Amino acid sequence: MIRFSHVVKEYPRTGLALNDVTFRVNKGEFAFLTGPSGAGKSTILRLVIVEETPTAGEVRVSGSLTSGMPRAEIPRLRRRFGVVFQDFRLLEDRTAEENVAFALEVTGAPREAIPARVSRLLTQVGLASKGTSYPKELSGGEQQRVAIARALVNDPVLLVADEPTGNLDDRATRGVFQLLRDINAAGTAVLMATHNLELVKRNSYRVIEVNRGQLVFDSAEGDGAGVVTTTTPI
Amino acid sequence: MRLTFREVMLGVRRSPLLSTLSVVTIAFSLFAFGLFGLLALNVDQALRGVEEHVEIVAFLADGTLPESISAAMGDISAFPEVARVEQVSPEQALARARAELPEFQDVFDASFLPPSIEVRLKEGHRDPATVKDVTQRIQTYPFVDDVRYGEDWVKKLYDIRNIAGAAGIALGLLFAAVAVIIIGTTIRMTVLARTREISIMRLVGATDGFVRFPFLIDGFLKGLVGGLLALFLTWGANWLISTNLIQTSFFDPGVATLGVLGGGIIGLLGSALSVGRHLRRV
Repeated sequence: MIRFSHVVKEYPRTGLALNDVTFRVNKGEFAFLTGPSGAGKSTILRLVIVEETPTAGEVRVSGSLTSGMPRAEIPRLRRRFGVVFQDFRLLEDRTAEENVAFALEVTGAPREAIPARVSRLLTQVGLASKGTSYPKELSGGEQQRVAIARALVNDPVLLVADEPTGNLDDRATRGVFQLLRDINAAGTAVLMATHNLELVKRNSYRVIEVNRGQLVFDSAEGDGAGVVTTTTPI
Repeated sequence: MRLTFREVMLGVRRSPLLSTLSVVTIAFSLFAFGLFGLLALNVDQALRGVEEHVEIVAFLADGTLPESISAAMGDISAFPEVARVEQVSPEQALARARAELPEFQDVFDASFLPPSIEVRLKEGHRDPATVKDVTQRIQTYPFVDDVRYGEDWVKKLYDIRNIAGAAGIALGLLFAAVAVIIIGTTIRMTVLARTREISIMRLVGATDGFVRFPFLIDGFLKGLVGGLLALFLTWGANWLISTNLIQTSFFDPGVATLGVLGGGIIGLLGSALSVGRHLRRV
């Protein structure tokens, strides 16, 4: 699903962000991506969603090599995965329904099929009754659920989540995390970057840890599955 | 297409001030260009009016037979550069002189004024070289005593037209460039105001073309409305000058339509450049 082979990412101004990172996330797998701030988590996620390409090495997402990918191919690849962010990235002047519908419209879904699909997705994330609410009328947890519903519009094979619970209280965190687990249980691979050490410890999913641009721990490789070494909680 | 128009209208509704500012900026840039165009048009027409007076006068020897004059006039009329040939008798010359110069009021006899042929040239053939060439051909008739065409005057007029034309093109290009830059910057503000939306569109898999299209339509429509406003302002300025200062001409409907469409095209180009640059960066 995701395959990093000796990936190096260097920025002209800030220097080396990733150095020789190799790992893979398989189909249907759930993996946490952990590490302190500035460790390289966001760079890894940006490489996965093809906002960046590696300076050296290879990144393959859903079988496609991202380096040298024609610009026109990138949107087609992005439709195969969903992305969720810490700050939700919802359009404030559109309702929950419209935010989800927008994602369907931009990918050219048939107009008559959109309302039913939006309704089904909002039900799936537990927001069937909040479709006509604007983001600022929703709690943080609810906004993140709308963002997740939007990420699911294209039935993605992979969900990339960048600190999806970072702005949420414990209760909302549990709710959103359970939703991500359900999505994973339905067959979608999930790569979730997080600072939430408790969340990582409580769940026995795979942990990939980066620090100073290098992969320092991968529970799928060694014998310490689920053991987190240097992650610094916030 | 329906979605595109909905996005354009949403953009206008969401930031009415920015949209109004864009349209007004486009309108004033094009208004400045329109005023310059109006000035260029009227200067050109005035110079054309003066140029129409470029005339070659061939004075004929006394006693030239009318048949010879008619034959010469026929020949001269057939010159490709010649628009009109007219014979002026001594009596007509005296009547004109009396009308134009008061000191001729007391002259009763036209016999001291020679008969003449007046030759007007076609538009595009009034430059000094052509005038001189036609003059030399007319001079070859044996009964032509003298030929005058105001050599210095024609040369000066021609120089003024050349300078006015070159200045017009240079200033016109400058004004157009300034308009494109101002409009491009204004549209860039619109693009920047919607950065978040663009990044979300791209994340959910919108193609560059899909992201770009509403901005192009937005730029075109704003340019068109700005162009219409500029046309209205230019018309108002022309009306004020015409009624209070001097009689001026306004653009004909074809040129005015082209101007408004030009506004739309500048808006479209400004948008294309701004969005293109933005998309390449994100």
